[in-house]
Amino acid sequence: MKRFTITIAAAVLTLGLAGCDENEQKAENTEPAAPQASSTNTFEEVKARGVLQCGINTGLAGFAYTDDNGKWAGFDVAYCRALAAAVLGDPDKVKYVNLTGKNRFPALASGEIDVLSRNTTWTFSRDVKLGFTFVGVSYYDGQGFIGRKKLGVKSAKELDGASICIQTGTTTELNLADFFRVNKIKYEPVPIETNEEARKAYLAERCDVYTTDASGLAATKSTFADADKHMVFPEIISKEPLGPLVRQGDDAWADIARWTLNALINAEEYGVTSANIDEMLKGTKNPEINRMLGTEGSLGEMLGLPKDWAVKALKAGGNYGEIFDRYLGEKTPLGLSRGLNALWSNGGILYAPPMR
Amino acid sequence: MINRTTLTNLWFNKRGRGYLLQLLVLLGVTTLLAIIASNTIANLQKAGLTSGFGFLGDQAFFDINQRLIEYTSQSSFGRALVVGLLNTVLVSSLGIITATIIGFFAGVLRLSDNWLVSRLITAYVEVTRNVPLLLQIILWWAILTSLPKIRDSIPVFGTLFLNNRGLRAPAPVFEPSFIWVFIVFIACLFFTFLLLFWARRRQRRTGKIFPVGLTALALVATVPLIVFFSLGQPITWDIPARTRFNFQGGFNITPELLALWIALATYTGAFISEIVRAGILSVSKGQSEAALSLGLRKNQTMRLIVIPQALRVIIPPLTSQHLNLTKNSSLAIAIGYQDLVSIGGTILNQSGHALEVVAIWMAVYLSLSLATSAFMNWYNKRISLIER
Repeated sequence: MKRFTITIAAAVLTLGLAGCDENEQKAENTEPAAPQASSTNTFEEVKARGVLQCGINTGLAGFAYTDDNGKWAGFDVAYCRALAAAVLGDPDKVKYVNLTGKNRFPALASGEIDVLSRNTTWTFSRDVKLGFTFVGVSYYDGQGFIGRKKLGVKSAKELDGASICIQTGTTTELNLADFFRVNKIKYEPVPIETNEEARKAYLAERCDVYTTDASGLAATKSTFADADKHMVFPEIISKEPLGPLVRQGDDAWADIARWTLNALINAEEYGVTSANIDEMLKGTKNPEINRMLGTEGSLGEMLGLPKDWAVKALKAGGNYGEIFDRYLGEKTPLGLSRGLNALWSNGGILYAPPMR
Repeated sequence: MINRTTLTNLWFNKRGRGYLLQLLVLLGVTTLLAIIASNTIANLQKAGLTSGFGFLGDQAFFDINQRLIEYTSQSSFGRALVVGLLNTVLVSSLGIITATIIGFFAGVLRLSDNWLVSRLITAYVEVTRNVPLLLQIILWWAILTSLPKIRDSIPVFGTLFLNNRGLRAPAPVFEPSFIWVFIVFIACLFFTFLLLFWARRRQRRTGKIFPVGLTALALVATVPLIVFFSLGQPITWDIPARTRFNFQGGFNITPELLALWIALATYTGAFISEIVRAGILSVSKGQSEAALSLGLRKNQTMRLIVIPQALRVIIPPLTSQHLNLTKNSSLAIAIGYQDLVSIGGTILNQSGHALEVVAIWMAVYLSLSLATSAFMNWYNKRISLIER
């Protein structure tokens, strides 16, 4: 009899749990979701923590890589450093979180990171439906293909029947499907999680071509031992405006992130570099520069930051042009030209609103 | 006052106390879950994220390389999930069947008197069992993707092609008249069952043994073949042909599927072989000695005396190995095999519905596991009924 009652009790307990199955599944996600509610003020959290949590790539030459000292460096990393310098006064107070194309959004949504700076394309649905705010465009990119020269392919439209390596959970995955459907040609997608894995699969000839953002292709190609045997096809099949993003609904933090990026771009336009910034701090004839550097007006105060926030940000790694040249420019293995990413005054489309 | 006495009585009554404590635990757990749930919902609403399963009807826009049902980038997220589920079911069933076969052979062979055979099997079991499955999957994938490039494919039997993009095989194209071959095949199977039934009855009545095995083999193998040839071989083969980049035609088993399949089968096979060995050893030696002294042959002793008894020990742990294999198949993500988890992850990323996708994952794996264990429990019941 006793055994029977225990069985019944166990059954009831199980039923009780089963009834709450849905809750249980939600519970799985509660932990990351919890800080979300309290993090409506990311700025305060970052200040209290004393460290900026910045989401970056798992490894992409030029954008996020470990340098000879084992420290993270690159174009996307430089933004993290500038933001940390603006907010905390020290570019080294960053905790880098390496994310794949797939887990970057859950990481940002859950509050694991404060800002995502991982060559992420600004799209309608990500902005509107996923609940994020893109703070600007740091790199105007487009999707391209890389393949071996011996294939004799001149255009992506000749790729009928090819196997194509593609990172899952990216816009490139969607563009690729669209491109092949519109051109009525077939392909075999080979899904890959990270750029490093894609590189390996491509080099092993698991796939004929690899497709991702043109900048990523240049970065990947720069790491090949036989780079001259590969070519990036001339076609660009999509618009990929890449930029940093934060959670939606935290406008104060979004403003800080946005204007840090704008300050880097404006500094290049105004000719403020890491070399001459100390000179400029003594005062210039250009009121825009003075306002940005905090020697005039109270822009920093408006953001809730110290007067010299932009100075700190610029000293972290220089202005936009300096960062570009250091990590992506023509003197680097990537050898990317400024192209669309030149200032509007130099024939590009890089244009930051004024610091007023 | 009365109330208090009743409560006190309840407390001092052993059974009542048990009930009370269990009730309290139940209440506590339910409350905790309720708090967690409401907190999650509130947080989601605060973040402005909608929830619900409506998004499953939205267009997926991405492609999947291995699909057992019709699917294009125009199909819905829901259909993409079904494609993933079928891929999971495919690799799990292939793995379960192969692992069980490997396990049974390895288990029996490890008990072999042949020193070399038993040592070889011991080495296989100890190596595969003690290396993490994830590493084995990646190892097999690395081996398979370092096979010759597509240009230098290894031809097997002239029409199969093995290369670093998998195994390309001719696909059979059935002509309508092939249905007759199939019907005859089924009829032969049915007849075999009748034969088996008749032979058993005859043996019980007269003691004479009828060679069912051989007769059945002859019947099932030859009769459909005769029909097949007399119909003029109603199968044509879609033979793979080299094109500019890949092979066209036939069907392709990707290295991802192969690697996952081999790794899951050999890994779980090692565990199953130990279970089988334990099962066989659990049947006391006296049983087979008795059978042999009654005049049964060695293979009859194994088939009629040892295995039926060993199965009772083997089936329950075997079930849990099958469940493990199904769940382990989610490691597919490491090599880009597009199973439920991999495609679900893509959907999660493209649509932003994390909770829903995780809920679906859990529900699916739970149902798959419950279905497998229901079947194995049924089988276990069936074999344990033969009590002696």
